[in-house]
Amino acid sequence: MIHLRGAYRDYAMGTQTVHALNGVDLEVAQGEYLAITGPSGSGKSTLLHIIGLLDRLSQGGYKLDRRDVTHLDDDELARIRRETIGFVFQFFHLVPRLSAAANVELPLTLAGMAVPERRERVSAALDSFDLADRADHRPDQLSGGQRQRVAIARAMVTRPAILLADEPTGNLDRSAGNEVVHILEELNRNGLTLLMVTHDPELANRAGRQVRIVDGAVAEDRRSGPG
Amino acid sequence: MRATDILGYTASSIVGYHARSLLLLLAMAIGVASVILLTTLGEGARRYVTGEFSALGTHLLIVLPGRSETVGGTPPLFGETPRDLTLDDALSLKRIRQIRQVAPIAVGSAQVSWKSRERESMVLGSTANFLAVRQLHMAQGRFLPTMDLHRSAPVCVLGARLRKELFGSQSALGQWLRIGDRRFRVIGTLGTEGRSIGVDLQDVVVIPVASAQTLFNSPSLFRIRAEARTAAYIPTAKTAISRAIRDRHEGEDDVTVITQDAVIATFNRIFTALTLTVGGIAAISLAVAGILIMNVMLVAVSQRTSEIGLLKALGATERGILLLFLTEAGLLSLAGAAIGLGLGTGAAWVVGKIYPALPMTPPSWVVFAAVGTALSVGLIFGVLPARRAAALDPVASLAGR
Repeated sequence: MIHLRGAYRDYAMGTQTVHALNGVDLEVAQGEYLAITGPSGSGKSTLLHIIGLLDRLSQGGYKLDRRDVTHLDDDELARIRRETIGFVFQFFHLVPRLSAAANVELPLTLAGMAVPERRERVSAALDSFDLADRADHRPDQLSGGQRQRVAIARAMVTRPAILLADEPTGNLDRSAGNEVVHILEELNRNGLTLLMVTHDPELANRAGRQVRIVDGAVAEDRRSGPG
Repeated sequence: MRATDILGYTASSIVGYHARSLLLLLAMAIGVASVILLTTLGEGARRYVTGEFSALGTHLLIVLPGRSETVGGTPPLFGETPRDLTLDDALSLKRIRQIRQVAPIAVGSAQVSWKSRERESMVLGSTANFLAVRQLHMAQGRFLPTMDLHRSAPVCVLGARLRKELFGSQSALGQWLRIGDRRFRVIGTLGTEGRSIGVDLQDVVVIPVASAQTLFNSPSLFRIRAEARTAAYIPTAKTAISRAIRDRHEGEDDVTVITQDAVIATFNRIFTALTLTVGGIAAISLAVAGILIMNVMLVAVSQRTSEIGLLKALGATERGILLLFLTEAGLLSLAGAAIGLGLGTGAAWVVGKIYPALPMTPPSWVVFAAVGTALSVGLIFGVLPARRAAALDPVASLAGR
């Protein structure tokens, strides 16, 4: 599914060049549950952004679904993000002036889907994440856990193959965090490829595979049984 | 994205950031309103002046002493030629076939007094034809009698306001009043119409032209008004008048003949230029509004970086984001223009109520021009912020909250 070969990502910071990714090789199969860990500044978020096509490699190759995506133009990348990738962020990133339903609808709106089909998908998504009674609430009227559920509903409404989660529980209390993790794991059990950046070891150990990034390279790639 | 969704999304952000939106609407509305109000004022003044000149009489030719070398422009009000226009010049014009009637005019100012009341007033010396040539109406009595041009007569006709000031509610007819050092009997009073550029006929006293020349001790005329038989005769009448005067003035082309059309056309040009000038000045405020739009939209882009990053993560293309922000600028300018249109026409209506003489309907080209300019200003100044939004790096913009 995801196929990174010799991936480098350099940033110019003033006169210095920072190597955020320093030759990463990574292969992720469909339906895997992957936790990306590592100290802060190690490049794990950069890795997630590269995989999510929000950022481009300075060097190396990236194949997504057996398709080389290294040299696609902006429109193509946007289309792939729209169709195959879902994002969940630490700070939720809901549009504050839009209702929960409108936030969930946003990716479908951007894709230009017809209104009746959109409505149907949105209400189905809100139902499956237990948000039906919160549809008309604005983000500031929702709890943290509810907000992250809206964000997950928004990521899943386009039925992507891959879900990228950047510290999805980082801004939540323990019980809300557990609830969010259970939802994500449930989605993974139904065949979704799940990549989660976290620095919570307990959370990482729940994943079927742990990848530890240090100084922009894979330091450890460990598989363990689901537990 | 679908067009309706683009509109819906931009509308939500316009409503969501209402302080910013109100500011932009206000700037745009003021710009458009001032363009509309000022051009309407200019246009109203143009139509007012044109109308006033048309009211001076139809098929009118005016003979002025002195030669105006330029074509068009303002005619010389007082001649600077050594040779005056005389009553005999006026008599010679009467013989021209194309001319229906001639009214020589001598002008001066003198003390007009009745009993203890005294006014400094303009005295017009003319003939019986003056009434018809100026299209005036009598309120009471009759106008100057038809008589030999060279004969004086101690009779006068009073303008409406002058009559009121001197006589109040008493009857003026038949009274003797004093103009300068001579006595005249009031034989009629003028109606209240006849206001026109330059001279307010309500404030004058009209006496026979020969009497005026004696009164002011001068044989020269201020001007001669002639009326052509029909509009078609005006050009030939003009050359005939020039020829007749030249023959009498020893071959010297020392008078100016202006036709009413020429005067109206000149004023039309002047006021159209004036309208465009004030409109242009007002359009500067539209440009200022455009710069404000650019400013506020730039701030909006930096306020909403994380939203833009999110849209990109959710699959928006750069073109899509550009379109969103351009639509927002365009919608705001259009709404501002609509409000400005209302304000401008409202203000024009109020001015029209206060000065009923001014025709105050905004010309339709101004409405289209103002709204069109507002929209294009908004779009042009919206391009830079929209491009900046589209070019934002999604990773960096998502890093902030």
